[in-house]
Amino acid sequence: MRMELIQPFINAADAVFSDLLHSSAKIIDLTMDEDTYRRKGVAALIAIKGDIEGRVILDLSPEVAVKVASHLAGSELTASEQLVRETVCELANMVIGNSVTLLNDQGFRFKVFPPEIHADETGLSSTVDTEAMVLGLETPCGEIYLNIAMHYLRRRRSERGSLAVLD
Amino acid sequence: MPQFAALQRKDNKSVRYLVVDDSVFARKNLIKMIQTFGGEVAGEAGDGLTAIAEFNRTKPDIVLMDITMPQMEGIEAVERIVRQHSDARIVMVSSVGYQENILAALQKGAKHFVQKPVKAEVLYEILRYVLSDDPAAAGAPTVLAGEHA
Repeated sequence: MRMELIQPFINAADAVFSDLLHSSAKIIDLTMDEDTYRRKGVAALIAIKGDIEGRVILDLSPEVAVKVASHLAGSELTASEQLVRETVCELANMVIGNSVTLLNDQGFRFKVFPPEIHADETGLSSTVDTEAMVLGLETPCGEIYLNIAMHYLRRRRSERGSLAVLD
Repeated sequence: MPQFAALQRKDNKSVRYLVVDDSVFARKNLIKMIQTFGGEVAGEAGDGLTAIAEFNRTKPDIVLMDITMPQMEGIEAVERIVRQHSDARIVMVSSVGYQENILAALQKGAKHFVQKPVKAEVLYEILRYVLSDDPAAAGAPTVLAGEHA
């Protein structure tokens, strides 16, 4: 997977966590994942369709989710399954939404779908066409993982324009 | 969170908000901010279809509307609400902030756009601006001096 697809996710994750938690996120892991994805905690999956297609999973432990939610609420919250799911989904929304905004600025056009909690034990495999990149981030509340699996479906607008001129 | 002077309608009543987001977590955060601004929650909705029904039921002063939602997305809900209520004041609140989305929302009748994660002081200024355009709402309350984050 090309770096131009990954960099917006790194930038967006850093910006979102800096905003929410008032501290930069540190990259602790950046690896290609060719095996079946196995979640580390509670995971929210967001599908992307358009010039780029694929899915992004945001994954964190319930304990980290409760810490993030408590930080945002400004008080200690009691852990519950619903609180954890809601927190993970909204974090996924914010990180991935900001990422696709940056990709859109690069000329890619696509649609983002609402997050779904990914509870499969086995998860989704990468394929030859859709390699997955695992991005691990250390935040003040704990480790948060992004698993990004995307591929180009169409060239971006500017490239399509250039090819038309060359034709 | 910083403290803010209350945003009020011209009749000195609290501004009533309809908060639309498929995430309960996001709604709670927005409601917390609204209450800090002295506002009142008229209703909540988790999708565009429910938002239209809630708008008709509660007639809020301001709608805070997410874009990516199940059943009916925010931009379509804006179009349908504004078609029936041309004076509706809708502020889009979304993490997906690219130009096409913003333009589409504004073209359908939204008054403003704020990108998630929402900063209270940014939302406050946008609401102040949107309300100042409203003949039924008060104009000029400001953030208390020195209390910005």
